[in-house]
Amino acid sequence: MTNKYELPIAGEQFRDEVADAYSPKLGKKRKRQILVNQIGGDGTVPEILANTRTAPGILTMRGCAYAGCKGVVLGPTRDILQIVHGPIGCCFYAWLTRRNKTRPKTPDDPNYMPYALSTDLQEDEVVFGGEKKLMAAIDEAVALFHPKAIGIFSTCPVGLIGDDVHAVARAAEEKYPGINIFGFSCEGYKGVSQSAGHHIANNKVFTDVVGQLEMKKEGKFRLNMLGEYNIGGDAFELERIAEACGLTLHSTFSGNSVYDEFASAHTADLNVVMCHRSINYLAEMMETKYGIPWFKVNLVGADATAKSFRKMAKFFGDDELMKRTEAVIEAEMVEVEKVRNEIRPRCEGKTAMIFVGGSRAHHYQDLLREIGVVTISAGYEFAHRDDYEGRKVLPTITVDADSRNIEELTVTPDAERYNPRISEAEKAKREAEGFAFNDYSGMMPDMPDGTLVIDDCNHFELEKLIEYYHPDLICAGIKEKYVVQKQGIPMKQLHSYDYMGPFAGFKGAINFYREIDRLLNCNVFKFTKAPWDDSPELSATYNN
Amino acid sequence: MNNEHFSEPAFVSARNACKLCSPLGACFAMHGIEGCISLIHGSQGCATYIRRYGISHFREPIDIASSNFVEATAIFGGRNNLFRALDNVTQQYQPQVIGIASTCLSETIGDDVSMYLREYLSDAKNGCRPIIFYASTPSYRGTHIDGFHEAIYAAVCCMVQKNNNVTKTNRINLISNFVSVEDIRALHSILQSYQVPYTLLPDYSETFDGGTWEEYQKIPEGGTPVSGIAAMSEAAGTLYLGKALNPERNAAYYMSEHFHIPAEYVDLPIGIGNTDRFFDVLNGMTGSPMPDIWTKQRSRLIDAYFDGHKYCAGKRAILYGDEDFVVAMASFLDEIGVIPVIAATGAAGESFSRRIKESQKNIQQHLHTETKIMSDTDFATIMESAAELEADFALGSSKGFYLTRQLGIPLVRCGFPIHDRIGGHRILHLGYNGTLNLFERICNALMEAKQNAAPSGWTYI
Repeated sequence: MTNKYELPIAGEQFRDEVADAYSPKLGKKRKRQILVNQIGGDGTVPEILANTRTAPGILTMRGCAYAGCKGVVLGPTRDILQIVHGPIGCCFYAWLTRRNKTRPKTPDDPNYMPYALSTDLQEDEVVFGGEKKLMAAIDEAVALFHPKAIGIFSTCPVGLIGDDVHAVARAAEEKYPGINIFGFSCEGYKGVSQSAGHHIANNKVFTDVVGQLEMKKEGKFRLNMLGEYNIGGDAFELERIAEACGLTLHSTFSGNSVYDEFASAHTADLNVVMCHRSINYLAEMMETKYGIPWFKVNLVGADATAKSFRKMAKFFGDDELMKRTEAVIEAEMVEVEKVRNEIRPRCEGKTAMIFVGGSRAHHYQDLLREIGVVTISAGYEFAHRDDYEGRKVLPTITVDADSRNIEELTVTPDAERYNPRISEAEKAKREAEGFAFNDYSGMMPDMPDGTLVIDDCNHFELEKLIEYYHPDLICAGIKEKYVVQKQGIPMKQLHSYDYMGPFAGFKGAINFYREIDRLLNCNVFKFTKAPWDDSPELSATYNN
Repeated sequence: MNNEHFSEPAFVSARNACKLCSPLGACFAMHGIEGCISLIHGSQGCATYIRRYGISHFREPIDIASSNFVEATAIFGGRNNLFRALDNVTQQYQPQVIGIASTCLSETIGDDVSMYLREYLSDAKNGCRPIIFYASTPSYRGTHIDGFHEAIYAAVCCMVQKNNNVTKTNRINLISNFVSVEDIRALHSILQSYQVPYTLLPDYSETFDGGTWEEYQKIPEGGTPVSGIAAMSEAAGTLYLGKALNPERNAAYYMSEHFHIPAEYVDLPIGIGNTDRFFDVLNGMTGSPMPDIWTKQRSRLIDAYFDGHKYCAGKRAILYGDEDFVVAMASFLDEIGVIPVIAATGAAGESFSRRIKESQKNIQQHLHTETKIMSDTDFATIMESAAELEADFALGSSKGFYLTRQLGIPLVRCGFPIHDRIGGHRILHLGYNGTLNLFERICNALMEAKQNAAPSGWTYI
């Protein structure tokens, strides 16, 4: 069965015409990053160029390593006190802007997320060094809160002026025994995008946090959820489902999380990975060191959520758990299907484009498909080839100079605590039965032939996409939101969710269906006439 | 008169800062020039953060390019990246102007952008190119407001007509501060009413608040025309809104030094006194009396003061924001009998305390209260100081919401940034009508709080 979508203007034509607008060298490069999807008989997809530098002067959707480390991975955790070491801007811009929610268990539980602490480096410190000021900031943080842990995040000038945040962290730990203090060398110029910051964050959390506390939560089926950041309350919805099924969610990295859960995450028996790009390193390293297996899940989209929870239940292999999971799914799907059936006829056949993240551009296609919306073009901001083509291409990925600068940790099994949760033989047996571990098949195999896959899509190309294909809906981030809506096209933010949500799990799916229905069918967007409304629209076909 | 409540920062770290970084202000000012695109010389993260932050306030597209430093650039310098960025931006957007703002990154490694630019511009193949100007804005120096003024200074130095035989005309130069789009529209109306040619710089009233597009705009329409900036050297005078400036490095000073154009610096025209002073200067520069429509607005404002005074008189406010904004607001509050129990700014300025004191004539004489004046401060410090002050409301940006939530008092939103209301960028602050708008917002917030708290549920209050 082939899945094919015929674009009104062939993707190859789009690619070539866009590339021609650049200098020859850049055009040649972009041609390797703009692909027409084609799934071969054996499931292979074309090779995409990803995780490479954005050309200077191109209005990229990407952010920096600091954003990936402080904003994405560590930002959502509430009781690690975070100090941004650098001039004021970076701290201010990351001050709760990602809208990760958190829910302290009692009003007295620490929650430092509304607190944006910066060393606010001034010219003198840039000249003479900022280590003293950083130590003073740590002193202040300890005096004010006495937190369990302090994370220090470096911004661009820090490395360049020779400040050693790790040495300061060590000195501070000696001064304050009992407080875990660690630094991140996540200067904004590291790597080519947020992705570098994810990796830096994973490494430090792995070496300095995970394994620091021997604490087991009660429950037979204990797992960690990796790469779920609780935007708009997604993690709350997933916690609800997990609990209903009888699973014990030991920790989430890092939505609605606390330090102790991170520190004891090595005691759980399974890691499920939601956002592959930002957190697969941690999953891999925890498997090597502690013997915790991992697999990829998708908890965006009701069907995908059901499938993923079934897989978790199946992993533990307990009949009661599987029965209970089925009962939860059955009960939840009643309302999901009711709303879906109501909305689907109004959205059927509409077209969408998604440019976001390292996993969301993939996951949200499922959710849109459930109400009949076809994603005709998608791409990631900061993903690598494996996120597009699947982990099977990992051995063939060339590591360039920018990626080589990001430390790759050498991990070995822990002498005492390595405990393979399932034996090699059991794992092999299950894999032979079709149960995938350490898996991610990537976005492209799930997209129809003929659709456009674009890595690091920029402002100019997004404009061209609108001009060529007149999509009914575009999903991206706030930087893209208003340029799209200016042209009368509904736009959904998939970073902040436009301050709505949750969109994960079952209730999230219902929220999303309703939101997309509102965007596609509301009155307000009809007040503006799109430039192409005067010319007959070419028809597109979608063949299953 | 005991008013010595100037407080020095007790903490080394900034805890919930009350300021943003200088490249942000520079980029925003640059977007007030017609056909201009801004380019950050540094990491792409700076452009992304500043774009996303500005967009959350203006709810409009803001395109900022960057020279995309990577690790190697940070080590070997940003010359090649800058050249490629200029080439690519020119090719993609065909801007009339490119404004370059430096960052803490490029400044720390000592990149000499002026030298790079000279080299770039001397290359013959760059012959047909946009106007390019450069503002030095390391974020470890000053705040977003300093970046804003620096960009205006850099734009004027680069783009003003420098011929010796410039003929003087009755043109007026008005340099606006970091005010709202509605404020800029109000300034246009005022200038138009004098029927003289004028240059209002910067003007992002359209670029940051345009309508829907019939056709895609590579760079949003609007902005101070390049020809308008060139013509500034022919003007009869320059009126600069704001005084928190480097006295010898600002656009008005530059033009007074080079073209002998009188420079006048006034407080932001918020409140009757400040607005009167603003019009006085305009009347002097144009040689015309204040047009009637403003006299009528002024009169309506006074009438409204009479009507609403009972709701706000004696109330206690926490006031925070940029120096010039807070100083002007304090003067306005003084007129209506509101006591600013705290007047705070994130910038480290010597003049702030003196200016706040000077703004308080009525309150000091009649109410015998004290204002806690805090410069170089942050929201955590403001919160700690506010706990005992029994404030009735706060005035300032969305960033004070945590404060008012904890204190259980209303927040009257004004200034920048406002990302938790629709139309935050369109709040009118300036002129008699802007003052009226602020006055009504304050009274209504207090009336609403009173009404909600009253058991009677009266609808006449």
